[in-house]
Amino acid sequence: MSAKPKLYYFDGRGKMESIRWLLAAAGVEFEEEFLETRDQYEKLLQSGSLLFQQVPMVEIDGMKMVQTRAILSYIAAKYNLYGKDLKERALIDMYVGGTDDLMGFILVFPFLSAEDKEKQRAFIVQKATSRYFPVYEKVLKDHGQDFLVGNNFSWADVHLLEAILMVEEKKSDVLSGFPQLQAFKARISSIPAIKKFLEPGSQRKPVPDDKYVETVRRVLHMYYDIKAN
Amino acid sequence: MSGKPRLTYLNGRGRMEPIRWLLAAAGVEFEEVYLETKEQYDKLIKDGSLLFQQVPLVEIDGMKMVQTRAIMNYIATKYNLCGKDLKERALIDMYVEGISDLMQMILMFPFSPPDAKEKNLESIKERATSRYFPVFEKVLKQHGQDFLVGNKFSWADVQLMEAILAVEEKVPAVLSGFPQLQVFKTKMSNMPTIKKFLQPGSPRKPPPDAHYVETVLKVFKK
Repeated sequence: MSAKPKLYYFDGRGKMESIRWLLAAAGVEFEEEFLETRDQYEKLLQSGSLLFQQVPMVEIDGMKMVQTRAILSYIAAKYNLYGKDLKERALIDMYVGGTDDLMGFILVFPFLSAEDKEKQRAFIVQKATSRYFPVYEKVLKDHGQDFLVGNNFSWADVHLLEAILMVEEKKSDVLSGFPQLQAFKARISSIPAIKKFLEPGSQRKPVPDDKYVETVRRVLHMYYDIKAN
Repeated sequence: MSGKPRLTYLNGRGRMEPIRWLLAAAGVEFEEVYLETKEQYDKLIKDGSLLFQQVPLVEIDGMKMVQTRAIMNYIATKYNLCGKDLKERALIDMYVEGISDLMQMILMFPFSPPDAKEKNLESIKERATSRYFPVFEKVLKQHGQDFLVGNKFSWADVQLMEAILAVEEKVPAVLSGFPQLQVFKTKMSNMPTIKKFLQPGSPRKPPPDAHYVETVLKVFKK
């Protein structure tokens, strides 16, 4: 049995992508098992591996962890990406909460009708530029440091970079009013572990397409409509 | 200025209620400011108090904390309710997140359109009895201890207790297939800080009613 963490999810971003980012940023190699058929999922369910019958599931350090937030917190703490004390941790949790909410709007995007997609795209850009990006822009401007919290690379930086890139995929010039974030993006992207993750051939997953949506619906029997925000 | 944490939210459960539970369980007294008008909310935003323009807001230890999970994490850690090591914390986090998914359904329930209410109630019942309660029933049965994790009272126990009571309000006999959870509920009810929180006159808020829904829609109107 390998000592590497093993990720169980679809071959696509979804809720697992933030976990891939964080492991990569921590320099941790991991394996993946991709769910492609309903059968595979039912087998996983029957084996009792999914505590609440859901994926993501990550086998790590002898645990079968579920719940994205729990998994991310564990990885962040284990690899010293969670600040040096309770107050830094609180800041990181707040910042990650914000980028999590923002990425949540993007998570549902592939499952929307074409018409709703346009509405949602506008919604995402509006929230990014009026609610979320200004906060991080100000944090960086106020302390003038390279990283969001405690002058040290943390989970908050990884999560923000992930969010920035995802929003840029919806509107490529979305950072035009945010000079601090532009510099932040360049800086964090050039950290060796992140640079590697951003290169072709890494385990980073592409923008979800129709095939991904089809797979998720088929495996989870998730045939209902999802509404835009 | 008081040293007590100060909570800013509507006068009702919503996303603040798990925070009230956790502070109460930890034996921490707190103050509350209730949002009743849009003007109050707009002023809070203008003052720069709300990092992402949202409540809950908890002023604690010199910080203006937002984001429910961040606030809960801080309180749980500060008051030693999150396990003794990383692995116990991982278990607590998993349990808390699962319960939170269930509570989210209950949170949204008062805002569902009238023709969807019956279906949503069925969903809550189905999820509680087939996805969430069986997990905790099994955890308690397997280790035979009083608390969910590490034989010690933790955040997970508080959240589970809150969830049990919230589901029971909607589905009164919901614990009938879960003997371990029945015992758990009784034990938790008898813990001094929780017992106090369950008494009339405590900061615990009643189930959301039409007035609460109306206030939410009014205060957060775009």
